[in-house]
Amino acid sequence: MITAEKPLQRKQSDPQPASSIIETRHLIISYGPTVAVDNVSLLFRKNSITALIGPSGCGKSTFLRSINRMNDIIPSARYEGDIIYEDVNLLDKNIDVTALRKEIGMVFQKPNPFAKSIYNNIAHALKFYNIKKKKKLDELVEDSLRKAALWDEVKDRLHDSAYSLSGGQQQRLCIARTLAMKPNVILLDEPSSALDPIANAKIEELIIQLKKHYTIIIVTHNMQQASRISDETAFFLNGHVIEHGETNQLFMNPVQKETEAYISGKFG
Amino acid sequence: MNSKLADKMATGVFVLIALIFISLLTALFSYILMRGLPVISWDFLTEASSVVREGGGIRDQLFNSFYILFVTLVITVPLGVAGGIYLAEYAKPGKITNFIRTCIEMLASLPSIVVGMFGLLLFVNLTGWGYSIIGGALALTMFNIPVMVRVTEDAIRSVPADQKQASLALGMTKWHTIKTVILPSAFPGILTGTILASGRIFGEAAALLFTVGLSTPELDYTNWNPFAETSPLNLFRPAETLAVHIWAVNTNGIMPDVTEIAAGASAVLVLSILLFNLLARFVGKIIEQKLTANKK
Repeated sequence: MITAEKPLQRKQSDPQPASSIIETRHLIISYGPTVAVDNVSLLFRKNSITALIGPSGCGKSTFLRSINRMNDIIPSARYEGDIIYEDVNLLDKNIDVTALRKEIGMVFQKPNPFAKSIYNNIAHALKFYNIKKKKKLDELVEDSLRKAALWDEVKDRLHDSAYSLSGGQQQRLCIARTLAMKPNVILLDEPSSALDPIANAKIEELIIQLKKHYTIIIVTHNMQQASRISDETAFFLNGHVIEHGETNQLFMNPVQKETEAYISGKFG
Repeated sequence: MNSKLADKMATGVFVLIALIFISLLTALFSYILMRGLPVISWDFLTEASSVVREGGGIRDQLFNSFYILFVTLVITVPLGVAGGIYLAEYAKPGKITNFIRTCIEMLASLPSIVVGMFGLLLFVNLTGWGYSIIGGALALTMFNIPVMVRVTEDAIRSVPADQKQASLALGMTKWHTIKTVILPSAFPGILTGTILASGRIFGEAAALLFTVGLSTPELDYTNWNPFAETSPLNLFRPAETLAVHIWAVNTNGIMPDVTEIAAGASAVLVLSILLFNLLARFVGKIIEQKLTANKK
């Protein structure tokens, strides 16, 4: 639940299908005169992995970043339409974005741990949310690191700088940091594109495991990755969703010819 | 001329320029130290200065210099850092922000003697404080704040944007992000700015001539009550600093050992700045390690 300081108006109408957790309706996102996402209506199922694929500049990252309102930090960004999350419209002006971002976490393309110790990378946000007792913090740090399959590698050097980790470990630390917030949804923006194949495989394995407890939306340029890990795939092109469906279906039997051209490597 | 020769010549020219700088610096340092070091003794550092007699020390001037440095930094650093945070994180780009920035740059380029005259008007006469440490510190603050603002803004802007995004994406507020993620990363840059400003403050004479004056009252170093008349900590007393003392004995000193005092005081001034820099960097390194867990 988003516990906003200002109460949220939860819409009573528009009942959601039980399995859906996020739905965008006619979402338009523009930066000044440039429309980056044009009229996108998508539905994301609970505890599933949805991959967003498409060539660079097609609007998939913008779309992803709108779900936790990270585009807010770009002053020229404008939204139209709705993003419905558990009956709340996330584009509502009264949304407490900090509570929203706690519940809908995000992991970025380039691993971006804080310039702090491994321990404090996770404890930092916990402390902000008033968890101050050392025992509780220790517990939560270990728990998140275990969930991100990083505990065994770092348990003996929790107080070393996060920068002493390899790129893949840093990215798992970033995932652990997000998990510590106990989110419902995790947004991943090309989380392994900056990593080597082995680190990439570990991240993929991790993402599949996380599906049990979280809803995952992942932007990826790597079509093998999309087909390996995702349940559903949406193909973006020039700000539109050209095709959205079950991953197997979309890769084996694409309906639209643009989709077929893209997944067979004819452009992008 | 072929490009290889041009390349060699460029290297040669730059090495030459570097050598000129180094020899100038060495010459200056050795001149100051060679003349000054023989004068420096325990007595020289711990005796009060004398207006007419031989053998006066620089105890009060040395203390005043450090005390004014301290007071100025206490005012300058928080204000300057706050200004830098505002310009880097809150100010919306536009005419007003540009105007503010122009004002700050103008302030930085004011000749210190002009700041001193303004300080005389404002902090000495208008407030009725007379020559005072606080007046001098405020005058010094005026032309050191721009440097602090600028340095802080640059240091904050050079923190990678992904650090800020990471913090915001975890649901932390903007202020908490600035306080706990951005400022610690910007700390080394801010520290360098503070050290540069400290050097200027410690060596400044012109702005202090008219604001803290050329004299120091009788000080009682056992009285640490900042409100007492004779306390060295009293903010509302006149205080001649080391740099001002050097200027004063050189221009109108009547004691027989004017040259020695000036030389000794100059050496102490230079060495103090050097020691202060080293100390600040050392402490800064420890703080930085605490903040970032980096064991470099």
